Amino acid sequence: MEWDWQYSGDIMPDLLDGLKYTIIATLLGYVIALVLGLVWTLLRRAPNPVVRQTVRWVTEFIRCTPLIPQLFFFYFVILPQVAPALHTVLPFIDFQEPIAAGVIALGVHYSTYTAEVYRAGIADVPRGQWEACTALNLPRSRVWTDVILPQAIRKVIPTLGNYLIAMFKDSPMLLAIQVVELLNASFQVGAKSLKYLEPITIVGVLFVIVSVISSILVRRLERRYATV
Amino acid sequence: MPQSDTAPESSEPKDEAPAPSLEKATGRTGADGVPAGKDPKPIDAAPLPKGGAPGITFEKVVKRFGSNVVLRELDFTVAPGERVTLIGPSGSGKTTILRLLMTLETLNEGVIWIGDQTLWHMDRGGKRVAANQKHLHEMRKQVGMVFQQFNLFPNMNVLRNLTEGPRRVLGVSQDEAVERARELLELVGLADKLNAHPTQLSGGQQQRVAVARALAMQPKVLLLDEVTSALDPELVVGVQDLLRDIANASDITLLCVTHEMNFARDISNRVLMFDQGQIVEEGPPEQIFGEPSEQRTRDFLQAVLAS
Repeated sequence: MEWDWQYSGDIMPDLLDGLKYTIIATLLGYVIALVLGLVWTLLRRAPNPVVRQTVRWVTEFIRCTPLIPQLFFFYFVILPQVAPALHTVLPFIDFQEPIAAGVIALGVHYSTYTAEVYRAGIADVPRGQWEACTALNLPRSRVWTDVILPQAIRKVIPTLGNYLIAMFKDSPMLLAIQVVELLNASFQVGAKSLKYLEPITIVGVLFVIVSVISSILVRRLERRYATV
Repeated sequence: MPQSDTAPESSEPKDEAPAPSLEKATGRTGADGVPAGKDPKPIDAAPLPKGGAPGITFEKVVKRFGSNVVLRELDFTVAPGERVTLIGPSGSGKTTILRLLMTLETLNEGVIWIGDQTLWHMDRGGKRVAANQKHLHEMRKQVGMVFQQFNLFPNMNVLRNLTEGPRRVLGVSQDEAVERARELLELVGLADKLNAHPTQLSGGQQQRVAVARALAMQPKVLLLDEVTSALDPELVVGVQDLLRDIANASDITLLCVTHEMNFARDISNRVLMFDQGQIVEEGPPEQIFGEPSEQRTRDFLQAVLAS
């Protein structure tokens, strides 16, 4: 086995194209995870016990099943049903594309984890803060938006940041539904030339590079905001 | 997280000096944040509540935590504008009384009146029913509270801590809220801390801001829950003097729980001695601290003063 530099250079454009999809899927999925996770958390505190319990069991179910079956389920079962409807709402997205299913499944899967993170952050806000809100007579919505969530989210920024990196590392699972992300791209070039050493090694290197860069960014964000 | 009592960025001593006296007669001018040579605002100009303070009545109030009965059929009345201190051993139910009035705990039995309105009940078709959130919200507008642990919002600067309530609850305009916040900060001797964050302030300064924040809501009843217990000893007197001056200058109805007997003597018209959820003895401070008639009161005062 000898490293072929010429070959490595030739396959780089394809691999970088795959990396582009990996990053897009991770970032969009992360946005979904952050927003939807907060929605779960707030619904789990809803006054209606039916809502609370439903959300509790649905998120518990999603968290306790592996990502790959969820990808299949989204891609082959759910999206064909709802894609036309979604398409009329957001006409610029083709929901039949594997990448769309991948982003949504990744986001929903991780939203059940971020929900737990938010929950812990909210539980960590001292009782005195709630009591001060009552003493000031602040309306419920303001208590959340102005006092509780700003404090809770700051505290969990490091944990939320770690989930970004975890999602990035889980994104190769999208190849199960034929998303041409980085790992899938390396398979495809490898299959053409039957030389797998270079593409798969480069995949590893690219993952390390992006992970390290995002860790540094997350740590910066942490230092900037996580000090209350 | 323990509160540091030293402001990290300042080397000058804070809070050791008494608060700038608010009484013109004494002519004292400020330490602690008020620039030298600048007279603190005369107290009459300060935005303190005037007039219309309601009285408070407890009728057979019962409060239980599980099987533990904290208040048992408690009856007492506070006159409009009266300043009452609650003393007694811990667990005697003093703080629970304040927390019931601030609606931080729910009432089990009995009726609490603020003025001529019931706090925990409302009238529906001539029948007295449990209060809904809207009723509680309206009733709470009359009541303000200062906590032992200050409970300032650490995600907001001092100004925003003071304007948040007036803007979101009283519907005051931003400009007006800021103006009033400035006046109140001047009153508590922290005019220069407008943009500071609570974590940058000493305990004494945080508690002054908390007092200003409570006053910004223009309460007619003010509840002080062991407001100096979390402060370093040398900071206690400054905050107490400030509260005494505010009490003297306003018509607010004041309920105060404290273990500082000098403060109780200073601030109140009447002292209630509690034990096991009942009033053991009551009277003007001179009587309670001078010649208490109950053995239980004598024992308690001896224990407190010995420590």
